[in-house]
Amino acid sequence: MTGPGTSHPPRQSDILPLVLDNVSFEGGGKRLIKDLSHSFNAGPRTVILGPNGAGKSLLLRLCHGLLQPSAGDIRWQGELSGDPVPHQAMVFQRPVMLRRTVAENAAYALGLRGIPRSERRDRVAEALKRTGLARLAGSPARVLSFGEQQKLALARAWALRPKVLFLDEPTASLDPAATHTIEEVIGAFHDAGTRIIMTTHDLGQARRIADDVLFMHRGRLLEFSSAKKFFAGPRNDLAQAFLRGDLLWWKRRDIRAK
Amino acid sequence: MNDFSSALSAALTLLLHGDKTLGNIVLLSLRVSLSAVFLATIIGMPLGSATALYRFPGRKALTVLLNALMGLPPVVVGLVVYLMLSRIGPLGVLGLLFTPTAMIIAQSILIIPIIAALSRQIIEDLWREYEEQLRSFGASPGRSMLTLLWDGRFSLLTAVLAGFGRASAEVGAVMIVGGNIDHVTRVMTTAIALEVSKGDLALALGLGIILISLSLAINGAAFVLKDIAERRHA
Repeated sequence: MTGPGTSHPPRQSDILPLVLDNVSFEGGGKRLIKDLSHSFNAGPRTVILGPNGAGKSLLLRLCHGLLQPSAGDIRWQGELSGDPVPHQAMVFQRPVMLRRTVAENAAYALGLRGIPRSERRDRVAEALKRTGLARLAGSPARVLSFGEQQKLALARAWALRPKVLFLDEPTASLDPAATHTIEEVIGAFHDAGTRIIMTTHDLGQARRIADDVLFMHRGRLLEFSSAKKFFAGPRNDLAQAFLRGDLLWWKRRDIRAK
Repeated sequence: MNDFSSALSAALTLLLHGDKTLGNIVLLSLRVSLSAVFLATIIGMPLGSATALYRFPGRKALTVLLNALMGLPPVVVGLVVYLMLSRIGPLGVLGLLFTPTAMIIAQSILIIPIIAALSRQIIEDLWREYEEQLRSFGASPGRSMLTLLWDGRFSLLTAVLAGFGRASAEVGAVMIVGGNIDHVTRVMTTAIALEVSKGDLALALGLGIILISLSLAINGAAFVLKDIAERRHA
């Protein structure tokens, strides 16, 4: 169950691997992502960890194509990589609800992809059932509770049947019950063969979900290892401090001095 | 005080007797203003949303210009349209001066900036909220614009109502290009102006009361419709 390269459901042609080659991203005159190289291969659930400002959300947005790198290269190299957009979905920290009903929200992106109406209906019904929102199908999305909105964001992604799903702190500020449902759905995505790449601040959640861990700090990728190894004891000193629960705003030499 | 009570009775008399001239004036007013609102909406709304969504050189200048033009003086618009449509003007051959069409054109020009500027603000705010999600879904810019117009429809209705308010209340533009010709281009505002200059203040005030009531009725109906629809779709 843990570690990169373990067994996973067989998959057909894919858009993966996603290769980042020396990627940098600048914003407001600062380098926010620095010379980051990594390959996301098909299979494991990757959790990106790191303190605030590490660049975790930026990294997801760069991978998803919402941002363009200032330097370096991001390439999808799988068989379907000619047009990677329809094969990915992203769930944001704050769900953006279209001013429409729950079912219309779930159907919207299907319409963009030219999926026929009858199939849209089936997929929406299945996605709402999967996320426990079926009874709310006709409600306006914006009157849902925050937890329900996040479930709807997952339902929208579910209906798209993406090959890769990016999640940016999907359970931040959710209660344990809602968090549990969200994690269950993430597990169902994984079982259905969707590649999970997510960020979280919740170390417990990272332990529950992660097969692989990427540890970032100040725009740099400091460690990549299997979750088992990472949680048993990361090689990187900053990652060790992070796992201990130290606050990482000081410089590395302060940690060494301790 | 006397003026007000006699104005009220004048208004009531006109209404109760179903005065035919008054009926024509009211109908023409509505026809001109509603047509102008329709035209200005189909021009102003896409213009405003495009300004909100697309990045192009001069975008900020256009934003400032649209905001500034919201305060266009009706008489100046009337004068410019008059010059364009007059016999010796570039569009004189169309023979539109002193027709309801000329009035519709003038009022459209007057309220296009209002609808465009308010739409731009509404669409821009909504786009800020939706942008990442729509791009994540893979929506094209054109498709995004349609989505924003649809999802912003309740707020956009306010922009349209603001345009209607301006059109139905102005007198300067329709006076100049319409000429206030009885049974042809006389609308409520120009009729009021005429009655005032003739000294029939009661009739003028009576017409004013009807105009305000009409405006209230239209805005009230729009509010109720919006409220019902919004409760269904939020």
